[in-house]
Amino acid sequence: MHALSGVSLAIEPGEFFGLLGPNGAGKTTLINVIAGLARADAGTVCVMGADTVSAYRRARRKLGVVPQELVFDPFFTVRETLRLQSGYFGIRDNDAWIDEVMAHLDLSGKADANMRSLSGGMKRRVLIAQALVHKPPVIVLDEPTAGVDVELRQGLWQFVGRLNRDGHTIVLTTHYLEEAELHCSRIAMLKAGRVVALDSTHNLLAHFAGSRTTARVVARDGRQFTLELSGYHELETQLARLRASGVEIADLELDRPDLEQVFLRLTS
Amino acid sequence: MGFTTLFRKEMLRFLKVSVQTVAAPVLTSALYLVIFGQVLEGRLQVFDGVRYISFLVPGLVMMSVLQNAFANSSSSLIQSKITGNIVFVLLAPISYLEFFWAYVAASVVRGLAVGAAVLAVTAWFVELRLQAPLWTAAFALLGAGLAGALGLLAGIVSEKIDQLAAFQNFVILPLTMLSGVFYSIHSLPAVWRGLSHGNPFFYMIDGFRYGFFGASDVAPLLSLALVASAFLAVAAVCLMLLKSGYKLRT
Repeated sequence: MHALSGVSLAIEPGEFFGLLGPNGAGKTTLINVIAGLARADAGTVCVMGADTVSAYRRARRKLGVVPQELVFDPFFTVRETLRLQSGYFGIRDNDAWIDEVMAHLDLSGKADANMRSLSGGMKRRVLIAQALVHKPPVIVLDEPTAGVDVELRQGLWQFVGRLNRDGHTIVLTTHYLEEAELHCSRIAMLKAGRVVALDSTHNLLAHFAGSRTTARVVARDGRQFTLELSGYHELETQLARLRASGVEIADLELDRPDLEQVFLRLTS
Repeated sequence: MGFTTLFRKEMLRFLKVSVQTVAAPVLTSALYLVIFGQVLEGRLQVFDGVRYISFLVPGLVMMSVLQNAFANSSSSLIQSKITGNIVFVLLAPISYLEFFWAYVAASVVRGLAVGAAVLAVTAWFVELRLQAPLWTAAFALLGAGLAGALGLLAGIVSEKIDQLAAFQNFVILPLTMLSGVFYSIHSLPAVWRGLSHGNPFFYMIDGFRYGFFGASDVAPLLSLALVASAFLAVAAVCLMLLKSGYKLRT
């Protein structure tokens, strides 16, 4: 039984890359292998050219990982936690960057609060800050918005978006497919430890979800019609057919293909 | 830098709860001294010309050093593993050597800090004079290192608190209590005396005591060599496990 098998993919510098799949698909295992928390039986992983086993120090300096679990050290305050994390990466006097990261994550007011006293959302922010203290070029976010409120979610995506625009590579796993669809330029879907799809988000939507597009038509007399389309190109033909049969169209609503449809098709 | 920070973090961790990690063991040792010192004074034969209570103090000091050095690394690592925050160290570019030395060095500091505090408190009860301070320092340092490394080993191998508690209660505690803290092994029957020679903690206590009285059950150089060998053996096992990621990395 292998948690991962035959996974081979390259994530380009500066990409916003999504790693999707159902529970148990191997997403977190793959992230753990990349981060050196788990060891692969075979194969290699490189982070910006640094092998995660033979050149683990170089690889880990280039990587910031936000773990899925809400873990924290109850002995320390937020600032102490971030200073210690900086020190683990060999960085002294990092307060200027720590302050900046805390400000972006709306943590400044909690700098001297003990980690135990923080809410779940605040602890999640500290986890993100910990992953960023050494300014890694590659940031891995493993379910970063699981169980956090809308306000944090929006703030987080703004911040992560800025990091991505500044050149950071982002690797994201999430159960919220709309987040992946909105932010990821490319997506890999895993199922039972294997990559079942790897393409740009646009292509995935076009190839896998387009055939299930539907259009809801409301006629002037109140009748409603649902048109099953194999693609947008069929829309005009179907509408013409309706008009030809005497239907006066009052309203039209198109179901955009979404990642959920792709996900279900590929992983169910 | 990774080593320095991890060492600092381990230091901060026990200093933040110093009532529990330093003051409490000092009180325990003071109680041992009061109770055993009063009850057994004059009843046990120790070294020639040495009062029992004087004999007892170095043993209690060294016992505190060993128990607290063990407790520091073992409890810190098992808590980090159980709560999951060990991930922050595992994600960082910290080598297994840095990991080992940071945990052991912090354990040594806590062990020595508690030992010094116990010595300072018990000095109220009995007058002691260091006859060979370098021997005392060498045994305290090496003994704390060995106990710290044993604590790290227990922390690596254990997955739950009760597994660690079993190691502490069924291995460390008997080895400590039967190491000659409260008696000279010359007052034991031959069988128990022989068994005591198989206990590495006995050599630490005996060697440490030599620094105070210039007398010991075993030649201090032999004791030091045995303690150093035990440290190297435990350190080698720890380093092997840390390098392989045993029960730390999946």
